[in-house]
Amino acid sequence: MTEEITGYLRSDGRKGIRNSVVVAYLVECAHFVASKIVAGFDGEDVQLIGFPGCFPNEYAARVMEQLCTHPNVGAVLFVSLGCESFDKVRVSTAVKNSGRPVETLVIQKSGGTASTVQSGRDWVQNALDQVAKVDRVPMGVHELVIGTICGGSDGTSGISGNPAAGRAFDLLIGEGAACIFEETGEMISCEDIMAERAVTPELGEELRAAVQKAERYYDTLGYGSFAAGNAAGGLSTIEEKSLGAYVKSGDSRISGLIKPGDVPPKGGLYLMDVVPDGEVRFGFPNISDNAEIVEMIASGAHLTLFVTGRGSVVGSAISPVIKICANPDTYRALSGDMDVNAGDIIEGRRTIDEVGQEIRDLVVSVAKGAETKSEALGHREFILTYKTFEPIGPSCLPAV
Amino acid sequence: MSAPFLHLHPNDNVLVARSTAPEGAKVVLEGGPFVLTQPIPLAHKIAYRDIAAGERILKYGMPIGIATQDIPAGAHVHIHNIRSAYTATYALDDANGLNQGETK
Repeated sequence: MTEEITGYLRSDGRKGIRNSVVVAYLVECAHFVASKIVAGFDGEDVQLIGFPGCFPNEYAARVMEQLCTHPNVGAVLFVSLGCESFDKVRVSTAVKNSGRPVETLVIQKSGGTASTVQSGRDWVQNALDQVAKVDRVPMGVHELVIGTICGGSDGTSGISGNPAAGRAFDLLIGEGAACIFEETGEMISCEDIMAERAVTPELGEELRAAVQKAERYYDTLGYGSFAAGNAAGGLSTIEEKSLGAYVKSGDSRISGLIKPGDVPPKGGLYLMDVVPDGEVRFGFPNISDNAEIVEMIASGAHLTLFVTGRGSVVGSAISPVIKICANPDTYRALSGDMDVNAGDIIEGRRTIDEVGQEIRDLVVSVAKGAETKSEALGHREFILTYKTFEPIGPSCLPAV
Repeated sequence: MSAPFLHLHPNDNVLVARSTAPEGAKVVLEGGPFVLTQPIPLAHKIAYRDIAAGERILKYGMPIGIATQDIPAGAHVHIHNIRSAYTATYALDDANGLNQGETK
């Protein structure tokens, strides 16, 4: 396959594979108005994101800023009610400084619902014309950032879909891409074998500490990162689920440990620590799969590999989701939602290497503009909630 | 397709069903041929040999839990007879995987 990706060049030098206009509400009270603005652009690349809370949170502010300056985003409209705590000046300044068209509409000062919806639609129409003029430049596989998560896991995930995703990661890392795996709550029991793969002993200690933090956090909550459907699908314990999830990291050395919003400084394999620091404050680390996908995107992921056994149908705002179905029965039931049938491995029709190569080739073709199943179906799920993080330590990133 | 059950690692004391296996299906365990006494859904596990209460369950060659009772060779290995060494498993009534057809 030829690798002529054509990216959208942004002022920070990063390149996007999509060129979306994003409408972001800054509190739940502005959600409806923002969604009405987006509803006026059926069939065009206008996407809704937002933060529901009225109270301030540094994590949410940073993730929102990273999302709105993501290379797949061309312009941003913020919709504020007016009295919420979100720092709209800070976030809009960051977008403005990135050279993107940006506007903030405050409902309380814009004449209410109908008038704000009209003003918003007028602005977005103009923004669509502006983002169409963004420079297109050649882009290599080495400039891609790719995330992977698994959701709706079952006993097939760790045998077919996750090893195939891991094989694709090995291929992409070999070509210079940055790949991110995550959910330290699903690395429980894997910390020792994972620490041995770190490029430095100091990083190995950081990886081990991140998993131990996850173990303590979930212990306090009283639940593991485990849903009822995991058990129905044959998984009996968190460590069984963890071992299956861990293999989607592939066999490459681990170059770094990042937290949501940290962008990998160069190619290689990175673990994302998604479990909050400090005492348990706001509940579960990630309340559903899309919360994990959003964090991958905040760390620069151009697209995300999503391995499912039970059968998830979600996509995401901002970055395309490639759905890899591990379970052959689920694939037959939900083939319209699945991009890759890794169930072939379970049934002995194809090898892990063959499916891994298919995933790698699909990543390139989606980067070149091909729509994933969830994109074509219109899935643009998004969720962002409260968390608390400390900055990563000095041993976490590789030298550039 | 080859064998209906996978032995993922030589040290494993469980096998994994690579398709839903009906009651009466034949499977080769460590001690020889065995006839399933209950259906086993896709990706669920059975004991490859007799497992004693307190023994570690090995899959992928790695520990995935601890037997909470004696498990005879060929029996379904799941949340009713093994537990996590870390956090308890949350499950609903369909955890045996056999009534999932009703919800499809």
